[in-house]
Amino acid sequence: MSTKSILRIAAIIVVLLLMNSTTYVVNEAEQVIVTQFGSPVGQPVVTPGLHFKVPVIQKANYFDKRFLEWDGDPNQVPTKDKRFIWVDTYARWRISDPLKFFQRLRDERGAQSRLDDIVDGETRSAVARHDLVEVVRSTNREAAAQEIGSEEETLLEKIQTGRQAITDEILKRASGRAADLGIELMDFRLKRINYVEEVQKDVFARMIAERNRVAQRYRSEGEGEAARIRGERERDLQKIQSEAYRTAQGLRGKADAEATNIYAEAYNRDADFYAFTKSMETYELTADPKGMLILTTDSDFLKYLKKAP
Amino acid sequence: MNRNVFDNVQIDLDRLSQYAYLRKYVRPALILLAVLVMALMTVYQVQPEEVGVVTRLGRFVRISEPGLSFKVPLVESVQKVPVQRQLKHEFGFRTEEAGVQTRYSANQFPEESIMLTGDLNVAVVEWIVQYRVSDPYRYLFKVRNVEETFRSMNEAVMREVVGDRTVTEVLTVGRQDIETAVQEKLQHLAKQYDTGITVDQVVLQDVNPPDPVKPSWDAVNQAQQQRDRLINEARAEYNQVIPRASGEAEQAVLQAEGYSLDRVNRSQGDATRFKALYESYRRAPQVTRQRMYLETMQRVLPKTGGKVYLDKDAKGVLPLFSLEALQGRAATKEAGQ
Repeated sequence: MSTKSILRIAAIIVVLLLMNSTTYVVNEAEQVIVTQFGSPVGQPVVTPGLHFKVPVIQKANYFDKRFLEWDGDPNQVPTKDKRFIWVDTYARWRISDPLKFFQRLRDERGAQSRLDDIVDGETRSAVARHDLVEVVRSTNREAAAQEIGSEEETLLEKIQTGRQAITDEILKRASGRAADLGIELMDFRLKRINYVEEVQKDVFARMIAERNRVAQRYRSEGEGEAARIRGERERDLQKIQSEAYRTAQGLRGKADAEATNIYAEAYNRDADFYAFTKSMETYELTADPKGMLILTTDSDFLKYLKKAP
Repeated sequence: MNRNVFDNVQIDLDRLSQYAYLRKYVRPALILLAVLVMALMTVYQVQPEEVGVVTRLGRFVRISEPGLSFKVPLVESVQKVPVQRQLKHEFGFRTEEAGVQTRYSANQFPEESIMLTGDLNVAVVEWIVQYRVSDPYRYLFKVRNVEETFRSMNEAVMREVVGDRTVTEVLTVGRQDIETAVQEKLQHLAKQYDTGITVDQVVLQDVNPPDPVKPSWDAVNQAQQQRDRLINEARAEYNQVIPRASGEAEQAVLQAEGYSLDRVNRSQGDATRFKALYESYRRAPQVTRQRMYLETMQRVLPKTGGKVYLDKDAKGVLPLFSLEALQGRAATKEAGQ
């Protein structure tokens, strides 16, 4: 290889290096602060594309332009009503003033740790100022009707502030403190809230007790209802039977009365004759082949047996 | 291609190691390679479910539709975003292998699924969210770590919604309601965060009471069934007895009606007969009576087993009959007049 071509290659490399340190590319998600010997020069570059700078002495410092995440560590926090809960939060933020951000925090790692301090602190104090139910609930909506009316005795407690207002409050306070760092907090939310273990045990015990109460209620409801139905059965049965008896007896009585009237009307023409005919009939009907009949001679039947007329 | 060229170089160097030879064969090969690489960097393919987001020196310039597209090499770059595909996140569980018989991860994710309800009880809620990337530009350039952000949003919104309901609602009647509410809030939040995501659907999966509490929930279900069973049994008993009693009652009434008819008809018959007889009797009472009496006797006496005729003055005959005989037979009759 000749010296000439070696020189040529070296020249190309130098030009490339120079070009590289003169230009820099900003993409859609980035913004850049140009620094000269460490101190910022000019306005932050926020438009994406190719940009130029003085080579060697100026340096491009990249910052994200997008919404960034901040995810808090779960914190054990007591509420105002002295319940210990784990609170896990997240926030969205962005670098709204890269210059300030660069001066105060240098890089994102610094920002995350400052946000930890600010947001965790605000969360802690906000939660401690409110009862647990305020942190959990957002509105005072009524529970939807339960499948069996009055089962739910632990109705939803009313709230004064509510989750939304509390998070808004935390966001507002934290935003105020973060603004000075070139950070804009976009949103803050309570991601997870859980009981700490010891409290959880109590809660479970309470839930179990409540369930047992409900179960008991169902059982006694069943027994009560069954007893009622049995009573109904008993009553209906008696009613049906006695009504039928009343009707039947009425009918019979009426028929008896009518028959009596008919007999009386007929037999009244000659009571003696009726007695006679009926007696004759009765004799005939009651004649018994196994029986014994003792007749005395003064009976009408035998009077001729003893004495001729 | 690449390898071939280098193999050539290797062999040639070993064999000849001559600059001229190298000049002759390797140079064109290198140029060809460079051209090919450039071509590959220019052409790219976008799958049917994707779009390509093209940036030129970092600046967003266009979106390319599915098919074969070209870009300026080195200066332009493309990121593909599956906008047509429905994406899914799972909370509280993970699908390991989807299929006819989907396999789920044995791991539980209680930190995702345990949440407080509005009555300060605890519920374990598992759900999925289905979504699409509707705005690839926002999806790529507005939010860092969109997926992670979206998961956090999901958890926060689900807890907000569940936190406003009783544990009973969450576990029983409120499912639909929760899904709708979460979807709406999530969509709103996705827009507020500029994520470029459209939420298709939020679907609750298993919603359970926490494990230690589960048996008591089952006990409630059991009690509920027990209640229904008791009531049904009582109803069955009722139904077994009452219709039958009604029928029997009707029977009794009908029987009474029959009795009435019978009684009245018979009495009327008897009365008619008596009246007819009486009409005849009135004309010759004495004779008729005598005749009737004697005729009756004529019929009665042959039917009677034993007959004893006593003089009316005979006394003390009764002790002659054994008591047994009297008891064994039917009642003694004395026809008197």
